[in-house]
Amino acid sequence: MMIYQQAPALLVVIPLLSAFAVNISGLFNRRSCFPVALLAMAATFGATLMTLHRVMETGSFSYRLGGWPPPFGIEYVIDHLNGLVLAAVAFVSLLAVIFSRRSVEKELPDKVVQFYTLFVLLVTGLLGMTVTGDAFNLYVLLEIAALTGYALIALGDNRALVAGFNYVILGTIGASFYLLGVGHLFIMTGSLNMADLLGILPGLYGNTAVFVALLLILVGVWLKMAFFPLHTWLPNAYTYAPSAAGCLVAPLVTKVSVYIMIRIMLSVFSAGYVFDVLSVAEPIVWLAVAAILFGSILALAQQEMKKMLTYLIVAEVGYMVGGFWLATGYGITGAILHIVNDALMTFCLFAFAGIVVYKTGGSRLSDLEGLYRKMPVTMAAFTVGALSMIGVPPTAGFFSKWYLILGAIQAGSYHFVAALLISSLVNAILFFRII
Amino acid sequence: METRTSIKPLLAVLVSLAAVIPITAFGRNPNLREASTFLAGIIKFGLVVSMVPFILDGGTIEFSIAEVLPGLAIMLKVDAMGMLFALVSSTLWIVTSAYSIGYMRGLDEHSQTRYFSFFAVALSATIGVAFSANLFTMYLFYEMLSLATYPLVTHHQDQEARISGRKYLGFILGTSIGLVLPAMLVTYFAAGTLDFGAQGILAGHIGKTAVTVLLLMFVFGFAKAGIMPFHAWLPAAMVAPTPVSALLHAVAVVKVGVFSIFLVVTGIFGTELLASLHLGTVLCYIAAFTILTASLIALSQDGLKRRLAFSTIGQLSYIVLGAGLLSPKGLTGGLVHIAMHAFGKITLFMCAGAIFVATGKKYISEMVGIGRRMPVTMTAFLIGSLSVIGLPPTGGFISKWFLVLGTLEADQTVMLVVLLASSLLNAAYFLPIVYRAFFCTPEESMFGDTVEEPPLWCVVPLVFTATASVALVYFPQPFIRLAGLAVRAITGG
Repeated sequence: MMIYQQAPALLVVIPLLSAFAVNISGLFNRRSCFPVALLAMAATFGATLMTLHRVMETGSFSYRLGGWPPPFGIEYVIDHLNGLVLAAVAFVSLLAVIFSRRSVEKELPDKVVQFYTLFVLLVTGLLGMTVTGDAFNLYVLLEIAALTGYALIALGDNRALVAGFNYVILGTIGASFYLLGVGHLFIMTGSLNMADLLGILPGLYGNTAVFVALLLILVGVWLKMAFFPLHTWLPNAYTYAPSAAGCLVAPLVTKVSVYIMIRIMLSVFSAGYVFDVLSVAEPIVWLAVAAILFGSILALAQQEMKKMLTYLIVAEVGYMVGGFWLATGYGITGAILHIVNDALMTFCLFAFAGIVVYKTGGSRLSDLEGLYRKMPVTMAAFTVGALSMIGVPPTAGFFSKWYLILGAIQAGSYHFVAALLISSLVNAILFFRII
Repeated sequence: METRTSIKPLLAVLVSLAAVIPITAFGRNPNLREASTFLAGIIKFGLVVSMVPFILDGGTIEFSIAEVLPGLAIMLKVDAMGMLFALVSSTLWIVTSAYSIGYMRGLDEHSQTRYFSFFAVALSATIGVAFSANLFTMYLFYEMLSLATYPLVTHHQDQEARISGRKYLGFILGTSIGLVLPAMLVTYFAAGTLDFGAQGILAGHIGKTAVTVLLLMFVFGFAKAGIMPFHAWLPAAMVAPTPVSALLHAVAVVKVGVFSIFLVVTGIFGTELLASLHLGTVLCYIAAFTILTASLIALSQDGLKRRLAFSTIGQLSYIVLGAGLLSPKGLTGGLVHIAMHAFGKITLFMCAGAIFVATGKKYISEMVGIGRRMPVTMTAFLIGSLSVIGLPPTGGFISKWFLVLGTLEADQTVMLVVLLASSLLNAAYFLPIVYRAFFCTPEESMFGDTVEEPPLWCVVPLVFTATASVALVYFPQPFIRLAGLAVRAITGG
């Protein structure tokens, strides 16, 4: 049962080491990169499943890296929340690597080695961010994920370079904000361990510095997750990224950032502080409403499918942020459920866009005429993904929307209910234009 | 009242869904493919009928499929009301399948495999709605039906079909997501459950304004019922092949809409709550407006199928009116009308399709003298018309009888006038078609004197439903007894 015990570490160590393996095997034979990456992702998924199983069996537990006790050593903490997110991230990564093979060969024939190296490193960063129980360790992994993300996007054509550059600047600002926030907390408390912070901070809730730290961290993660109005980097970056990179980055990076927001708010600060002591929830829900409406309406204006999907991501981020800040049991359940559901459906849609680019060379909506006859299976899968995006039962999207709306009714935020419904209707228009 | 757990309702729902597998597998062998459709239809009918005696004895059958969310199960329940609707749909599916063969082969349509597959899926969803034990289950099947019928509406895949398809989904999905879903969530939040209760579940949980708003959201949200102003999808959906219009847009889809309204009025709000707030009257006026307006519009339509569509819109609101009367006779009339109108209107649609197969004519102005060419079809058309108008000796008379009694019982004289005026209008837009088909001078006639009926596969089904329409006036007992049982459960009398 050695592996079972070590699974929380393995799910970061496997992709990290496989980055070297991919790189080295690529030196000898470029074609060997794919199987190595595939194997690594499969093993990682296995490790996350073991971790999830253990959480389900015994409840939350912590893993001490190198055996050092917290708060001095780094601690991985796994509970039901991140156990689920870990499995979802690893599963989508596994799907993305399977998808990437032909697409990378066609779009990036000279950069196969770089692509897979960056790919597994990005997964390392995402899983690490999710599993860690240490605020500074989170920053390090955030940067790993961010840097590899920039590079993956910039692998594309010239437009991708410009978009990637934009992303670098805003992403770095976001990371700096986060680091500043953590710095404030460290000055105030002398600790970086989340559980430790949770214990120390209540005494300091009246302190302005703690409030500033919270705001800095919030703005930082919002930049990372492209929450309106900090979303400007996302549409171009994700549109012009190579298809295979888009399939990994688009479903996962924003979702993991949402997870981090939830984690920091609940496990570093506390629900009592962020919801009851501070009166920020109400304006944030309004911002989320704006994000949903803005994303939906701009999506409607797009002529290119990938770009349309990127604006939908902006709207979906609004779902999750808004759902969390409704501060009701149903709302938070909906936000968490939507992290998983949205990761799956966004992957489905981006993979579809990738396939269209692979087959037809373009992804303008007008190129999609008559695809049903040529690829019925692909179109059927796309239809299911689209229905989930709209929120038609019995697809996954319906159930997260169900909880989100219930949460909004519970909180009396009818403007959020209206925003969710309008967004569903806009999605219906968007996708039935294609179907 | 006895309650029994049995897997039969689930099987009745699933059998047509499972039939999709043989239908697609035999895609290259049309005879085997259609045989599987028939087999599924007969099994489904058999399953439904086998439950009838128990239901007639006052029992209910339940089956819980899964608990999706805590406290919210996907659950089936067969009671008298659901049985009535299921009986009508499963009978007419077999008839329509036969007719589909005549129509689709007669016109040599493309993609017939897809057509028969989605038809089977749509029937699963229909029976699912009929047997729903709670609003949540009903909503699932309701949406499934919306999506399954989309490929049928857009069957021709040309520009017109695509525009109509968009309109179809726009209206139906738009209202169900925009109105029904939030209304359902508010209901769940207020009442803590979505199970249909005999006396409703909302009483005592929310205030008067909230009840009014919710009722309007539900009534307009079920756009399949074609209540104005959310009716425009139905005439648009007439681009579909005629068997689709016949079964889905005269029976299954639209009746699912009114059936849903019926269930919500009785099972969610409860007749007592609505009566105490005088909301039944509001519902009656909404329905009356649709009845009269739709009938007037139907007068001016030259496309035969469009005229039938507007007639359907009007007739659907009869059923809503029956629900709105909130009186035992009115409710009975509404429920019986589900069955009676189904047999009458499906006959008319099948006639329209038969005319199209035999002569290629779609417009009423081109049908002068067609009675000489197709006497059997046009006689059936006459019977169907009489049934929809509500004249004896056809089934439509029975349901109209109960509805009129219901207006008297509920003291709604205005509604009595509406019903009678509507009958006159119905006669005004149907009878001239029949008259001009048979009575015209040889110079006026657009057809020769030789009798040329469409293929037998087309004629036999429509003769069957026309005969059934007549027979139902003499043997309406099964439907009336089911409706009576359902109403007794609702009113507790």
